[in-house]
Amino acid sequence: MSDLAREEQWSAWMRAAIGGDAQAYQRFLTSVTPHLRTMARRRCAQFGAPASEAEDVVQEVLLSIHLKRGTWDPSRPIAPWISTMIRNKLIDSLRRRGSHVDVPLEDVMAVLQIDDQAQTQERLDVDRVLKTLKEPQRTIVQAISVEGSSVRETAGRVNMTEGAVRVALHRALKALSLTYRSQ
Amino acid sequence: MKTDELINMLSEDSIVRFRLSHALTLAFVAAILLAGTLFFTVMGFRPDIEAALTSLRFVFKLVVTAVLFLVAANLMVRIGRPGAWVLPWELALLLVPVLMAVSVLAELVVLPAGDWAAQMIGHNAHECLSLIPLLSIGPLAAFILALRQGAPENPGRAGAVAGLAAGGIAAAFYASNCTDDSPLFVALWYTMAIVIVTGAGYLAGRRWLAW
Repeated sequence: MSDLAREEQWSAWMRAAIGGDAQAYQRFLTSVTPHLRTMARRRCAQFGAPASEAEDVVQEVLLSIHLKRGTWDPSRPIAPWISTMIRNKLIDSLRRRGSHVDVPLEDVMAVLQIDDQAQTQERLDVDRVLKTLKEPQRTIVQAISVEGSSVRETAGRVNMTEGAVRVALHRALKALSLTYRSQ
Repeated sequence: MKTDELINMLSEDSIVRFRLSHALTLAFVAAILLAGTLFFTVMGFRPDIEAALTSLRFVFKLVVTAVLFLVAANLMVRIGRPGAWVLPWELALLLVPVLMAVSVLAELVVLPAGDWAAQMIGHNAHECLSLIPLLSIGPLAAFILALRQGAPENPGRAGAVAGLAAGGIAAAFYASNCTDDSPLFVALWYTMAIVIVTGAGYLAGRRWLAW
């Protein structure tokens, strides 16, 4: 896929996502992740961080992209936004993990143009945070993440309104990001 | 948790409830209402406002504070947006010291040297130093709150820009109350007051704008 086509595709997915299209958003995140993983691995290797941390970094960056997606202006191209976002968060995350890092924006742009289909998903910081969740938040998170249930299905299961499930989910994600920051 | 599972979680939270641009629009409305209400209930225009509007010195005071506000506001709406081009607006901020310097030079030329000190000290230094920060508290709080929706690369700097914008609004309101119109007074006391607000913004940014 050409860079331009990919960017158009990402923008279209993201626009739909902002309006509440969960499927489009999932496609967007799934499509961005391999690029992110390539960058994270490269940086971890370069700065002597254990390779096992790369996936934690990937998740942390994904979470930031998610919580800050409201800063993207849908009338502007998505590439400068996402590159800057990834660069800043990569630096942040690696630095917190004890490396002195400098990631040039050009490198991020270059890697965004590579198709890396490597699929490895490893253990996570996330789990530590999820252990601290109380019910019904824990069940909600478990159902949506591991089992891939939708908010609607989950709401039926825990006997809550969809709105309440959405709020619980959003709070869990915020809690996760707070934990990263206080590390 | 696997990354795919995290993505499942994120996608079910896809809808954006509150965009940065909406937050900033609300903050501007709140800032002007807060500063305006405080100004008109506690201070108000100077009694000779109509005559003052024909004085170049007075009008210049309004212009320079308005320019500060407008440029800082434009920078502020971009600084929380990753990938936005902020450099032109950062450079535009230099317009304010340049305007100040030109007006100070002009004042030094037209005023006899014996009057310089008296004009610079003026009559309202205390009011200036206390009322500008006071008027900027509401706007600064509104801006910092809105910028929490943003993703600034440097939280301290973003806070400082919010401080400049808040100081600009406050100074523009206060300027229409203050009877010291000499650029020498403005260059000294207004600058000092705005530096205080900017410093407060910087600290607030470091504290509340990290993400």
